[in-house]
Amino acid sequence: MAPDLPIQDRQLDMHGISRVEGEGSLHVRIRDGALENVELEIFEPPRFFEALLRGRGFEEPPDITARICGICPVAYQMTACAAIEDCCATEIPESISRLRRLLYCGEWIQSHALHVYLLHAPDFFSCADAVELAMVDRGAVERGLRLKKVGNLLMETVGGRAIHPVNVRTGGFYRAPELGSIRALADPLRAALNDALETVTWVASFDFPDVEGEYRFVSLVHPDHYPIESGRIASSDGLDLSPAEFADLVVEEHVARSTALQARISGRDTYLTGPLARYALNQERLTPRAKEAAATAGLGERCTNPFRSIVVRAVELVFACEEALRLAEGYVEPEPPSVVVEPKPGTGSGATEAPRGLLLQRYEIDEQGTILSARIMPPTSQNQLTIESDLRRVIEDGIALDDAALTARCELAIRNHDPCISCAAHFLDVEIERS
Amino acid sequence: MNPPTLAVWKFASCDGCQLSILDLEDDLFSLASDMKIASFTEMSSAVIEGPYDVSLIEGSITTKADAERILAVRAASKRLVTIGACATAGGIQALRNYADVGEYTSAVYAHPDYIDTLTTSRPISALVPVDFELHGCPINRYQLVEVITAQLSGRRPVIAGYSVCEECKSRGNLCVLVAHGTPCLGPVTRAGCGALCPAVNRGCYGCFGPSDSANTQSISRRLVALGASERLISRLFRTFNAAAPEFEQESVRHGA
Repeated sequence: MAPDLPIQDRQLDMHGISRVEGEGSLHVRIRDGALENVELEIFEPPRFFEALLRGRGFEEPPDITARICGICPVAYQMTACAAIEDCCATEIPESISRLRRLLYCGEWIQSHALHVYLLHAPDFFSCADAVELAMVDRGAVERGLRLKKVGNLLMETVGGRAIHPVNVRTGGFYRAPELGSIRALADPLRAALNDALETVTWVASFDFPDVEGEYRFVSLVHPDHYPIESGRIASSDGLDLSPAEFADLVVEEHVARSTALQARISGRDTYLTGPLARYALNQERLTPRAKEAAATAGLGERCTNPFRSIVVRAVELVFACEEALRLAEGYVEPEPPSVVVEPKPGTGSGATEAPRGLLLQRYEIDEQGTILSARIMPPTSQNQLTIESDLRRVIEDGIALDDAALTARCELAIRNHDPCISCAAHFLDVEIERS
Repeated sequence: MNPPTLAVWKFASCDGCQLSILDLEDDLFSLASDMKIASFTEMSSAVIEGPYDVSLIEGSITTKADAERILAVRAASKRLVTIGACATAGGIQALRNYADVGEYTSAVYAHPDYIDTLTTSRPISALVPVDFELHGCPINRYQLVEVITAQLSGRRPVIAGYSVCEECKSRGNLCVLVAHGTPCLGPVTRAGCGALCPAVNRGCYGCFGPSDSANTQSISRRLVALGASERLISRLFRTFNAAAPEFEQESVRHGA
């Protein structure tokens, strides 16, 4: 006889949620068989970047903000450069923009391969980690590690180092990589493109829960290409704004028991950034093989099943490999490798697409270039409220599950959005309370 | 015989040094077969209870809860190794040590009363005995393999304490300080990165922290001679290893 499950009244506590970057927890309270409360708690200790940047030089944000996140330092560096260059009205030559985009492709490949293979895929096989997954499908995990390695190789070749690259500066790069070293990336990128295409086929075969979310998608859009390092900010309900206008429109709330700020669009409530949003607003501008892979995987014009975000991420892996290959083959050494950025008092904003979503930075500087104020809006704090509403839906749909199964489902629902709590600390433990 | 157990712990940090373990890629499986990864939240949802043979600590201590947690981690660990600038020197978040944390909190958060934080960011060694400190922001992953291997065989890791200049010379870089007059912390910064910055025509910014017997006053005199302002010098020493004693003293000497 099956034991009676105390499912009417219960509380699930998930402390120290695994396979996400950073630390957080989730508390769920179920009363009389109905969901009463979901609280995502971010206990990542605050590091006060926005405060410590004040008084620093306007050339320092790329190195300092990189340290917000070891998984996506290039996103922080590129956004910092964009914001400072916006403030100083610096025109960046096309050859430098293309090299920045190549570096950023390396981070997308590294971060997406990490998330797809090491953090997210184990859930679909009920494995604790990639080491267990390798006992089930060693070839797959090896493929993931190969992809990740090519991403790192790209970042090392252009940026000097995969974690916290040293070659990035406002205005461009300290030194342009030699033509031969960039051309030598073509073969590894071709191999990575094949691995990325196999990744799409592999993840498309996973068994996904049948869930459709209603999302307000927000992402960069660019008329010429799938967005990475530049563009305007668009939403699925018609916004079309510059990064500065968008930053003005977003309200960040500080709630108790969280060191993350929660973002809402003023008057429009919550929104979602990241692969699902980028794909919905930009899929027609994907590269040819990526577009073909998305069609074969059955993604359609948009994907609103958050569990299938892993398929979109795999399609973006194809895109990033294809785009990097194109940029590497067409590489011309920028001469000079950077343009001079002269301090100009005022305020500047920058926005780029970090692998996990939209990242914004805004700086105010004085005539000497000293930073007077800084604002940083990481993707995870923008996505936090939407992740909570996803969790509400997942718990309501799965309320009959026992605590272990419901906890597993919640953790998967959180990982769907590749939250980076270190960035957001301004994020996870899961606690389900049925009382 | 059971394989030795490895645990990885995170405190205030960016996750980059933990990522260095996953960045071992080719060696990740051999590490996972030579050792039992018993607790590593970023990589696995499986947790095995301690004690652990080796614990790797990323991040600095900035909250009361973390100041207590590190005691429990130390008690559960036979060998404890700190990885990275946060765990060995307090990290970039140690800039609060020279500011008013109350003001910092109000600058970032609407409700400072919701925030539980200490007034300083401290290295792990300020709270518990540490068996080995691996420097770098981020650490060098090959040095990490050496440290883990050495811990398991009970020997001292072979990690150089000399300065970036040694690596720079053996790499055949042009000296950016001598040739271009670019401010460079290479002469006082611990080797380990492979002299990456001078290789891209940039001065070293000290992310591996002070080298053994670093003569920080001497490099400062040189920087002054090159026309560097006091403010620039103090800022150069006050980044990712700001609270490392040699760098802290030098930044204070220059007015920060």
